[in-house]
Amino acid sequence: MSREGVGAPLPRKEDDRLMRGRGQYVGDIRLPGLHDVAFVRSPLAHARIRAIHVPKAYRDRVFTAVDIDGVLPIRAVSGLPGFKVSEQPVLATGKVRQVGELVAMCVAPTRAEAEDIATAVVLDLEELPAVHDMLAAREPGSALVHEHWGDNVFLETLVDVGIESALDAPIKVSRTISTGRQCMAPIEGRGTVVQLDHRLDQLVVHTASQMPHIVRNGLSECLGIEQGRIRIVSPDVGGGFGYKAILLAEDVALAWLALRCGHPVRWLEDRREHLTANANCREHHYRITAYAERDGTLRGVDCEATVDSGAYSAYPFSACLEAAQVASILPGPYDFPAYRCRTWSVATNKCPILPYRGVARTGVCFALELVLDAVARAAGVAPEIVREKNLVRPEQMPFENITKKHFDSGDYPEALARALKAVDVEAVRARQRQDEPDGRRIGLGLAIYCEQAAHGTSVYSGWGIPMVPGHEQASARLTPDGGLELRIGVHSHGQGLETTLAQVAHEILGVPVARTRLVHGDTAMTPYSTGSWGSRVMVMAGGAVAAACEALRDRAVRIGAHLLQARSEECRFEGGHVVGPTGDVPLEAIAHTWYRRPQDLAPDTDPGGLEVTAGYKPVRDSGTFSYAAHAAVVAVDPDLGAVEILDYVIVEDGGTLVNPLVVDGQIYGGLAQGIGTALFEEMRFDARGQPLASTFADYLLPGAADVPMARIDHMETPSPYTRFGQKGIGEGGAIAPPAALANAVNDALAPLGVELLHSPITPRRIVEAVLAAETPAVTAREAA
Amino acid sequence: MKPAAFAWERPDSLPALLARLAEAPAGVKLIAGGQSLGPMLNLRLVEPALILDITGVPELRTARVECDTLVLGACVTHADIEDGRVPDLTGGALRRVAAAIAYRPVRNRGTVGGSLVHADPAADWVSALTALGAEVEIAGRTGRRTLPVERFVTGALAVALGADEILVAVRVPALPAGAAWGYVKHCAKIGEFAHAIGAVRLEPGAGRGRAVIGAVEGPPVLLADARPLFGGRIGADFAARFDPRAADLALRDAGMADAVERHIHVTVLGRAVAAAAAPDPRANTLPEAA
Repeated sequence: MSREGVGAPLPRKEDDRLMRGRGQYVGDIRLPGLHDVAFVRSPLAHARIRAIHVPKAYRDRVFTAVDIDGVLPIRAVSGLPGFKVSEQPVLATGKVRQVGELVAMCVAPTRAEAEDIATAVVLDLEELPAVHDMLAAREPGSALVHEHWGDNVFLETLVDVGIESALDAPIKVSRTISTGRQCMAPIEGRGTVVQLDHRLDQLVVHTASQMPHIVRNGLSECLGIEQGRIRIVSPDVGGGFGYKAILLAEDVALAWLALRCGHPVRWLEDRREHLTANANCREHHYRITAYAERDGTLRGVDCEATVDSGAYSAYPFSACLEAAQVASILPGPYDFPAYRCRTWSVATNKCPILPYRGVARTGVCFALELVLDAVARAAGVAPEIVREKNLVRPEQMPFENITKKHFDSGDYPEALARALKAVDVEAVRARQRQDEPDGRRIGLGLAIYCEQAAHGTSVYSGWGIPMVPGHEQASARLTPDGGLELRIGVHSHGQGLETTLAQVAHEILGVPVARTRLVHGDTAMTPYSTGSWGSRVMVMAGGAVAAACEALRDRAVRIGAHLLQARSEECRFEGGHVVGPTGDVPLEAIAHTWYRRPQDLAPDTDPGGLEVTAGYKPVRDSGTFSYAAHAAVVAVDPDLGAVEILDYVIVEDGGTLVNPLVVDGQIYGGLAQGIGTALFEEMRFDARGQPLASTFADYLLPGAADVPMARIDHMETPSPYTRFGQKGIGEGGAIAPPAALANAVNDALAPLGVELLHSPITPRRIVEAVLAAETPAVTAREAA
Repeated sequence: MKPAAFAWERPDSLPALLARLAEAPAGVKLIAGGQSLGPMLNLRLVEPALILDITGVPELRTARVECDTLVLGACVTHADIEDGRVPDLTGGALRRVAAAIAYRPVRNRGTVGGSLVHADPAADWVSALTALGAEVEIAGRTGRRTLPVERFVTGALAVALGADEILVAVRVPALPAGAAWGYVKHCAKIGEFAHAIGAVRLEPGAGRGRAVIGAVEGPPVLLADARPLFGGRIGADFAARFDPRAADLALRDAGMADAVERHIHVTVLGRAVAAAAAPDPRANTLPEAA
């Protein structure tokens, strides 16, 4: 391993810019003649639009659906049988179907003036019953979000693998488990600045996006203009987490507006818009039954899962990816013989559900790991015993599970064993048996998951959504002075790709990381890519960069051999030099020769020169499976419901780690978000579909005092299918914490007869459950 | 989230401020630290035509001791108190309350007077100053008057202040020798608004004391005579005599119907009593929070 190559714990080179406040985000873009946009948004969750009254003075500065005639609605279809298509109008037509839906677009020299205009626009709305509860929405007679469907179900799926055989198991544990609706809350919200470049006859769309090329697809389809006339630039992006992997109606509206007005226009999402109108995710409901032998060996799992998909199918992932994934990944890292899962993706009068770090995995892990703890209690064994008995074993790898997921490699029981050792399970249990001086109760919780990542064509073609990843491409170009430029179509929005992909290149070419520049986030300058999502970048773009650098290396060797007056076969590439029998020549000299002294090249030199675009797919594209065992120790105050995390251990296997520092950073960040899911974050709605949090005073994110310094232990089982054995790990940190923490709280409160099955586990919910367990009769009477 | 347009003035004396306040049109708002008003303006929850910045009035930024009363100007910040830049007659009680208000950036700007006038039921000063028996000093064109905090705060976000008046100072009586003070709040997250506050100021030697249950829907629940919480008598053994049922009854009487809410508030009050009986030696340096 070279000092800067794959495996080196290099500090991130982009941090010099980002940590000093010198990043360049959409909000930092200043253009002459820039006008700001404020939207008039629906104040109601479900209503018929009778009229939109625009004051006469503002007629030329306010645009509604009638003005943007010809702009097509956003359609994110799925090819799965039975999927019902929603059409999301860019500006509402006929009905509004969620609070915050765009009704009119107001443009003014400043945002404050645009908001003044927006408040002067009067909406005449006829309120309709809001569909706010996904279970009720499935029932006949519910109000309908999309009338012509006849019901509110985007998609229903069923998988049944011999569940009948499990029904006679001696242990049968059923639970209703659910996860709250969340908002993603990256530090930077969405933002779009659009200008017309008359010289190039192009719309230049600066937008905070994880997937610039997919945004171009979507804009081209909605606006009906050819892709060559659209350029997407995604500058520094302050956190994505999935929210910036979506084409928003705002993006389409702004692009239309720039064409219409001719001057640059800008929309910067404010936090209220972010929370109430856009960034929703995660709301799942499970009715799950586990069947097991008396010793905790699973016989089967039966589940009905419902996902609140919101009003529209979001582009490009669609409204059903989440629920459909639930069915395929619910078995987690476990091996059991029978399985049934029915899923519903339900339309409601809420914001569209969007893919958030971990996507369906966080909810699935929560449901399965909680029910496994319930199995352990029913079997009278420790929770780790149930897991040990059912985890896929290393000798089974590669393993095809009950839903045909192909686990590439790993030792799941070893991860669990290491986590138990690190957390010192015996010491924790000994402490549990003694009374704490402050009256709190100690609990230990476990959760294990495996995370399919970087899954490609064979998986996504089956979903039939607007975006199917194929070969990932990268361009590598030596500059005349021997520096390296890498061009990739994925985007770095905090993952450290400017460092890690340079490390991959260094591994092949030996160019110092400091002399390697990453060009990304611009459709005009990068190869097509579906972008950064699905924890795919280090596998896919890493593989593509390696492939491009290898091709570049081979050309460099041929040029170098000529300079050394040797045959290529006699030369090797080492440490940035071509080494021949009689001497060596550095890459700088080879680059200088190609660009500046072509007269020194061999007559039959490769005309492709020192710039290569290469494509890459792993040997198998069914995905890598990173995994982790999380162990949490908590102290719970049963009277106030406060939860303190005393210890948190993560044993993680991401295959070959390209940069362990960056991997640790991803895990810490994911953990913080997972703690938010577990204990704090919840976007609640009332019966009229009104969101009940519109600021961070109401929507609580974990703060510094709430996130412990986790202890991370790495296993490194290479994937047999990827270039360096690396696996996707970007989302994993956020998957297990809700399950581990819920299990820990339940372990702490089990002696009181308390079991909490809904996230977030707020102080209020804990106290409620404790009081209900203490005095069920009294509480029931008072509640009545 | 940009405020609607407003005019901004910063008078440099109290008479000038009061004169401007009297002649100003309806829709005038005073601003001191702006930690509540700022977000409300941005969210357009308020759209005043004129904002009068009162931090230019020197008198409002001072603090002094008058006999055994601490007089804090309305514009004294939480950080002024936290950092000990103002005198103290409460044995550090005010300082510890101040140190646990929201986050440091909020404390740098937020003021004690602004917090009381805004009268958010979950705000620390609303409960703490009620328990301490503090008064507010109010100035108008016709002169000055004082009111106990519990009569000044009349409801959630409601105070007994005329349109042409301003709160100029808070008068906090000294905590006498032998008095016990306990203040505990419960937040879903450190730094966020409290869900429950308990505060007690007890004088076991004199057999009397006050108790406050705060962060409720309206103004804090004050037991100006806290003896019923302790079986009718406040003595040296008050902690052992604390009766949660009496506190629960007080909350029922105050109209708190939710049993879970009552349980949380009673627990927090109990912990405030315990803190008063056995002050944590670290409490002089650490914020008090449940």
